[in-house]
Amino acid sequence: MRRVSPALAAYSWLVYAFMYLPIFVLVLFSFNTSKFGATWEGFTTRWYGVLFARQDVREAVVNTLTVAVTSTLISAVLGTLLGLGLWRYTVRFRTALTFLLVTPIVIPDVVMGVSLLMFYALARHLLPFQGGLTTVLLAHVTFQVSYVALVVRSRLAGYGPELEEAARDLGANGLRAFLHVTLPIALPGVLSGALLAFTLSLDDFVVTYFTSGSGFHTLPVLIYTAVKRGVTPDINALSTLLIGFTALLLIVASLLTRPRKVRRED
Amino acid sequence: MLTLRRFFATLGPGTLWLLVFLVLPLLIVLGYSLLTRTDVGQVGLPVTLENWQRVFGYDALFEEFVPDNLLVLWRSVWVAGLSTLLCVALGYPLAFYIASQPQRRKNLLLLLLIIPFWTNFLIRVYAWIIILRPLGLYPSTLAVLLGMTYAYLPFFVLPVYSSVEKVDWRLVEAAEDLGATPVRAFWAAVFPQTLPGLVAGVILTFVPALGTFVVSDILGGAKTALVGNLIQNQFGQSGDWAYGSALSFLLLGVVLLGLWLYARAAGQRGLEELV
Repeated sequence: MRRVSPALAAYSWLVYAFMYLPIFVLVLFSFNTSKFGATWEGFTTRWYGVLFARQDVREAVVNTLTVAVTSTLISAVLGTLLGLGLWRYTVRFRTALTFLLVTPIVIPDVVMGVSLLMFYALARHLLPFQGGLTTVLLAHVTFQVSYVALVVRSRLAGYGPELEEAARDLGANGLRAFLHVTLPIALPGVLSGALLAFTLSLDDFVVTYFTSGSGFHTLPVLIYTAVKRGVTPDINALSTLLIGFTALLLIVASLLTRPRKVRRED
Repeated sequence: MLTLRRFFATLGPGTLWLLVFLVLPLLIVLGYSLLTRTDVGQVGLPVTLENWQRVFGYDALFEEFVPDNLLVLWRSVWVAGLSTLLCVALGYPLAFYIASQPQRRKNLLLLLLIIPFWTNFLIRVYAWIIILRPLGLYPSTLAVLLGMTYAYLPFFVLPVYSSVEKVDWRLVEAAEDLGATPVRAFWAAVFPQTLPGLVAGVILTFVPALGTFVVSDILGGAKTALVGNLIQNQFGQSGDWAYGSALSFLLLGVVLLGLWLYARAAGQRGLEELV
């Protein structure tokens, strides 16, 4: 496309090196024989074995996945409906609604976590709120909904109401027009939104930390507690697996979406 | 046309959810900030401005780990600011490099950028402990700064890249035809086109950095406490929910104020595009 100065190229590769350095070191040290990780002492895979034997890790994995799947399902529905509504209807309080939607995205995690902590503490007088799965789940949905809604809305933004109107003219009622015309168009947006929501839930630490009460641990919370006590190779092993899993997901996603990518003419 | 029935079928559920689980809790935060701490994790009457006074440093009470609130606030601002600047220095050229590559390379480079972006934040931050400890740089303010820059770099590059990718390079030729030097041509013709992405990137980096507690908690110590840590403390050991609420609301207020100003300048479109 254009000539690129070698200085820019070199600089960019240095930045990439910077980005991957800690990851590389972490993966490397998950194979370190020494428990204390300051110096390299030898290669071993035993920490992966130790990891799989840990009851708390297995529980955390189950918890994390349960929360992620359930919250994604709920937020996908709520968010899609929201995105659809925003696209279809122009209302006077639209700006306020957009502001409301953007808030969970820009709000500092600490503030959200803390606010829900206090909300639950108060609500416990009215409803039998147990700390744990429910509280974390509800918290996750709260920030996921915005992402899904905005992704769906942005996906639909290129299309006008003509399509639904055309379907109506041909005799379809509202629901049919939605199912057969709008939803298929929105679907890629719904799926990306859902995938985004899923990843956000898997990775979330701060909000989960404040809303999980005692005894309910997700993987990020587990990692945090472990790191505070001291970095050990089995945690490095866990992290390596998580990194690998994420990378794999992304590679698969990029391979799946590439040929069908449609460039919008602006 | 929006009827009540249609509202409840689409916008309703989501909006209601957000009102209950987002707005209401935030109102609780505001409310708690105006009450008095009665016990660990409890608040009650009387209504007081004491917590807010304390936030702004008027109170003479000093906690063991936090010498002075204003110092903490100031530190949060400059650490977040400096790491944002570093992200700009590292990320802005990178965006141009990626945009200049042929399609396949570009996709690979973007993928390489996105992988850290989607990798667990906590993992990416604590990995620095392994590197910095033998160097004696852990824990320290430098470690926090480094960790913060590292953590937020992908958040910065992606919006900037999307602007850079859309740059119309013909304007550079036009500028050069009119006699501009390459440097001048860049600043006059290219830089303004990248501005939306640049601003978005800065906001998406600075705001989370301001409110973070993870990075400073893991890579720093008591001396590097930021607002986020201070807040976390109030809801942990100190149990002063009233004071913690005041701090949280302040942080929230600053963020929302910035967002509102941005929305006024960029319009509703700009707001949506931010995401």
